[in-house]
Amino acid sequence: MQHRTGVWRRRRVLTGLAGAGFAMAVGAPAIVRAVPSGKPVRVGGTLSLTGFLAQTAVIHKIAAEMMVEDINSRNGFLGRPVEYVLLDDQSKPDVARSLYEKLITVDKVDLIQGPYATAPILAAMGVAQRYGKVMIQSSMGIPKLQTYDMAFPATPFGPEPDKTYPNVLLDMMASFPTPPKTIVVLTSKFPSAQFMAQGMREQSEKRGVKVLLYLEYESGNRDFGAIAARVKEANADFLWVGSLGLESNQLLESLRKLDYTPKNHFHLYPAPGPLALSPDGDKALCSTFLEPDEPFMSRPGMKKFAAQYTERATKANLPYTIIDAQACGMISEWQILEAGVNGAKSLDDKAIAAWLKKNPVDTVYGTVRFDGPFNHGTALQLVKQVQNKAWKVVWPKEFAAPGVKLIAS
Amino acid sequence: MPSATLLGQALISGVLAGGMYGLLGLGLSLSWGLLRLVNLSHFALAFLAAYLTYELGTNYHVAPWWSAAMVVPAMFAIGLLQHWLFDKFRVNELASLLITFSFAIILEVAIQLYWTADYRRFETHYSTLSIKAGPFYIPVLELVLCTVAGVLAWGTWLWLRRTYVGKALRAAAEDADIAAAYGVDHKKLAYLLSGLGAAYAGVAGTFIALIATLAPAQIWTWLGVVFAVVIIGRLGNPLGALFAGFLIGASESLAMAVFSPAWAPVVSFSVLIAILLWNPEWA
Repeated sequence: MQHRTGVWRRRRVLTGLAGAGFAMAVGAPAIVRAVPSGKPVRVGGTLSLTGFLAQTAVIHKIAAEMMVEDINSRNGFLGRPVEYVLLDDQSKPDVARSLYEKLITVDKVDLIQGPYATAPILAAMGVAQRYGKVMIQSSMGIPKLQTYDMAFPATPFGPEPDKTYPNVLLDMMASFPTPPKTIVVLTSKFPSAQFMAQGMREQSEKRGVKVLLYLEYESGNRDFGAIAARVKEANADFLWVGSLGLESNQLLESLRKLDYTPKNHFHLYPAPGPLALSPDGDKALCSTFLEPDEPFMSRPGMKKFAAQYTERATKANLPYTIIDAQACGMISEWQILEAGVNGAKSLDDKAIAAWLKKNPVDTVYGTVRFDGPFNHGTALQLVKQVQNKAWKVVWPKEFAAPGVKLIAS
Repeated sequence: MPSATLLGQALISGVLAGGMYGLLGLGLSLSWGLLRLVNLSHFALAFLAAYLTYELGTNYHVAPWWSAAMVVPAMFAIGLLQHWLFDKFRVNELASLLITFSFAIILEVAIQLYWTADYRRFETHYSTLSIKAGPFYIPVLELVLCTVAGVLAWGTWLWLRRTYVGKALRAAAEDADIAAAYGVDHKKLAYLLSGLGAAYAGVAGTFIALIATLAPAQIWTWLGVVFAVVIIGRLGNPLGALFAGFLIGASESLAMAVFSPAWAPVVSFSVLIAILLWNPEWA
C-alpha cells in the first residue's frame, strides 16, 4: 500500500496567489507567507506498518505526516511542496531493502528517510549507500553499525551508548539514599537491547555494583514465570530490563504473581503507555530523550507538535496519545532533513550530507551535531520515571520538570 | 545450582503455560487429525476471539465469562462457514495450509484496521491473583485455564471414543469411503467438527485476552510451539495435545530456570525431535 501526503494542491496555490495579489492591491506590507509551488519534492521511506514492529511504526507515521504538513505550511523544500511516499516494509529487513531499491529506481524519489528499527535501517542503509543517498534515521540503537558516511542519526544516542548511558544510570543509582550494591541484568536478545545490556553489565562491574544475574531471553518470549522466579530468588537492589514493547509488563505481572516487587527497576524500550498505566509500573524507570514537560516544551515548535500529536493519535484510535521520544525521533528526522536541504540550498544528497557534517541542527531533542564517530554527536539520553501514572524525566536533575524528583526505594 | 523452590516454581509456571499450548492445540489437532485440514487460521480465530473479549470487556464492561458465552458460539459459526468454503472448493490437506494461511493474514489485517497495531491489554483485578501453597505461588487465571483445557480435552476424548458421532468421525478419518458404506455422513460430521475446533479457538481466545497482551502480529506467537504440541500429542488426540502441552511447557520453563531463558525455544523443538526419533507407543 502506498500513502501520499502533502501533495501539491493547485487550488491552494491559486488561493495563495489570489491572497497575495489582494494584499498587494490594498497596499498591505509586501511580506507575504510563501506558499510552496511547482513540482513536488518526493521523499520516500518505509515504516513497519504491519508485522511485529507495527506498534511503533504507527507513531512514526503520525509524526511524519504532521511534519510534512508543517513543512508545506511554510516553504516546503526550496519553495516546492513535499510529497511523502511511504511504503510498508512489514517489519522485514529484506522487504525494506527491496522497497528502498524501488523508491530510488522506480519511484525516482528525490530524497529518502530511514525506516524504523536497527535491522530494517541496516538493510536500507546498504541501498542508500549504493545510490549515494542521504539517509536520516531515528532508531538505530547500535551506532557503531552506522558506517555509511551519508547516514545521520536523528536521535542523540551518542557514538557509544553502551558505555555512556549505563554510566548515566549508575550516576543516578549512586544518588539514591541507599545506593544499590547488586543488580540483575535481564535482556531480550533483540540486538539493540542486548547491546545495551552487555554495556550495563560491564559498566556495573567496573563501578563496583555486583551483577548477581545476567539473563537473556528470546525476543517475543511468551512466558515470564520461570524468569520471574529467578529474578525473585536473586533479589537484587536494582533490576535492569532490556525490554521491548510489552515485555516489561509481562515480567512485572509475573513477579506480582510471585508476590514480589523489585526494589528499583529500569526498562530500556518498553511500550510507554501500558507500562505507565499498569498497576505494576509505579516508579518504573526508563530511557528517554524528552517528555512533554519543561524544559522540553519550551523548545521551538514542541507545544504545537505535542497538541497535534495527541489530536491525531486520538483520531487514529491509539490507546496512548501523549507525544514521546518515539514520535519525536521522526519529528527530528524531518527537522534535520529540512535543515540540510535549506542549509545546502539544494536537493543534492552530497551537498546535504556535507552541510550536515559541518553544521549543528536545532531539533526537538535540542541541538544535535554529526561531527563525531559514526556521524554521532553528544549523547543526550535521559532517565524518566512513572509518577502518578505519567512519565516524568528525573535524571539528570537539570532536565527534570519543576518540582519533579527521582523516587528511589 | 538452582534451589528446590526455584525449580518447583518453574515447574508450576511451565505446566500452567503448557495449558495454553494444549488448549490452542486442541482444535488444531482435531481439524488436522480427523478432517485432514491443517488450519493455520486457528490462531487468528483465537486472537479474533481475544480481541472481541477485550472489546466487550473494556468498552462495554462485559465480564469475560459472558463474553465467552457470546464469542464461542460466534466462533463455532465461523468454523461452519469456513468448512463450507473448504467443502465447496474441495480443499485437500496441502491446499488447506495455503488457504488457511491466507485467511489468517486477512484476519490479521482486519484486526489491525479496527484495533490498530498498538498493544491492547484487558486489565482485570484478578489477572495477577495467585494462591500460595507452601513456598510456591499458583496463578489463579492460569489454573482456571488449565482446568478448562483439561475438561475440554477429557470431554472431547470421551465424546470421540464413547459416542456414535465420535466413533463415526474417527472411522471417517481412517477411511471415509468405508465409513460411508456403513452409513456415516462424513460431510455433515465434518461441519460439526470444524465448528467445534473454531469454538475451542474461541475459548482459548478468551483466556488469551485475560492473560496476554494483544497485538495483531502476535497471532503467530504460538504457531511453532503449538504445532510441536499437536505432533507430539498425536493428531486427533485431544488428551495427547493437552499432555504434550504440559510436557513442552514444563521443559521450556525448567530450561529457563536451570540454564538460560534463551534456551526455551530450542527445548520445545528438541523434545519434538527426540520424541519423533524415540517413537514411543503413545506418540
